[in-house]
Amino acid sequence: MAETSLLSALGAVIRRDLLLAMRRKSDVLTTLFFFVIVVSLFPLGIGPEMAMLRQIAPGVLWVAALLATMLSLNRLFAADHADGTLEQMALSAVPLGVLVTGKVVAHWLLSGLPLALLAPVLGLQFDLAAGSLGVMVVALLIGTPVLSLIGAIGAALTLGVRGGGVLVSLLVLPLYVPVLIFGAGAVEADLGGLGATAHLSLLAAFLALAAFFGPWATTVALRIALE
Amino acid sequence: MSNRIVNWFKFASPQTFYPLAGKMIPWFWALTAVFGLVGLYIGFFVAPTDAQQGEGYRIIFIHVPASWLSMFIYLIMAFWAALGLGFNTRLSGMMASALAPTGALMAFLSLWTGALWGKPMWGTWWVWDARLTSELILFFLYLGFIALQSAIDDARRADKAGAVLALVGVANIPIIYFSVKWWNTLHQGASVSLTRSPSMAQTMLWGMLLMALAFWMYSIAVSLTRVRAIILERERHAGWVEELKELKS
Repeated sequence: MAETSLLSALGAVIRRDLLLAMRRKSDVLTTLFFFVIVVSLFPLGIGPEMAMLRQIAPGVLWVAALLATMLSLNRLFAADHADGTLEQMALSAVPLGVLVTGKVVAHWLLSGLPLALLAPVLGLQFDLAAGSLGVMVVALLIGTPVLSLIGAIGAALTLGVRGGGVLVSLLVLPLYVPVLIFGAGAVEADLGGLGATAHLSLLAAFLALAAFFGPWATTVALRIALE
Repeated sequence: MSNRIVNWFKFASPQTFYPLAGKMIPWFWALTAVFGLVGLYIGFFVAPTDAQQGEGYRIIFIHVPASWLSMFIYLIMAFWAALGLGFNTRLSGMMASALAPTGALMAFLSLWTGALWGKPMWGTWWVWDARLTSELILFFLYLGFIALQSAIDDARRADKAGAVLALVGVANIPIIYFSVKWWNTLHQGASVSLTRSPSMAQTMLWGMLLMALAFWMYSIAVSLTRVRAIILERERHAGWVEELKELKS
């Protein structure tokens, strides 16, 4: 009984956030186009030599994914904070941590998942082989939830704060370093013929850690912001 | 409970801590001067010239203490942050925010002196070595903490938000350090090895330890001065502040 109600609350939050996003598609699409544009700018700045592009592709895609995720963080809590929904969530009988998890999952479905699905197309611009593209997608699928989970902490900390949008980048980007290293490293290891399993396992370990501690820290930060 | 037990919580209140800090600051400055002078004397005049690095290595007496302190201060900051979150004490948050600028300064000094040392020794200002990179990220973490605290107007909320950030940061530091380390070994980048430390002359070690103590005492003195300023700023409406002698004159 209790478990089902928690799960249904979780499902309800995810459905609600997805529905809200579908009503305002431009928010989601802007972030995606940002990702595409940033990735496409690199060859223009560096030059069209394919060997060089193949080498920098993993890093470029991952850095762009980091920036795109970061840009979408402010829509995680800001609108709900502005219209008072967040306070109602904090007051509801369902633990806030569950609702936060739901919001993070919805955020990932709207930012991380599309990025991961879009990455192979952009990878083709950088002349990545099919196998490496597959590794890139898997790495992004494992890594982007970590970005959403860590980003949620930053978004909660900067809620309603002066200059929150820029500030969140300062807080969150240093914490993204391990994900960037192993996410890009997975593709590079595959390109170098080493096999990406070790990198992907470490990414999955980060995901497990972040999934456990992230919502908890976000909940604490939200309660501080709502005081 | 009884008189024999030291009342640890007596100085947890800003009102009692303010005069105590004021009394302690001159002592820590004196210790800084003593350790610093002896340490510098040993560093410049007693310690022998290094066989491989010549005189240039002497920057170690600034570089190593600054690096140690930059890491240690983050831990202390996180300790005060945890205390502040757990017990809801006002002074803990003030201590954390007083420590942050000194920590950032130490991280910056460590990077700067490292670059100055690296140029003559390795022929480059910067290598993407694991320790340099994680020190740089530590510097970013300090900046994030300071930026977050200064962006929030409500002091209590700033303390708590900063505390959460400091704790998240301290949990991440080992992960970041090992990520960068493994990243570096995978890339096989710079050929210089920083980990293979040459056997150090005894006097060099003493000089370094004394300088570390000097940096330590300096950090305490400066942080206490800063925490006194923070106390005055936040408690300016309290009665006891208006009765302070130094403010009346």
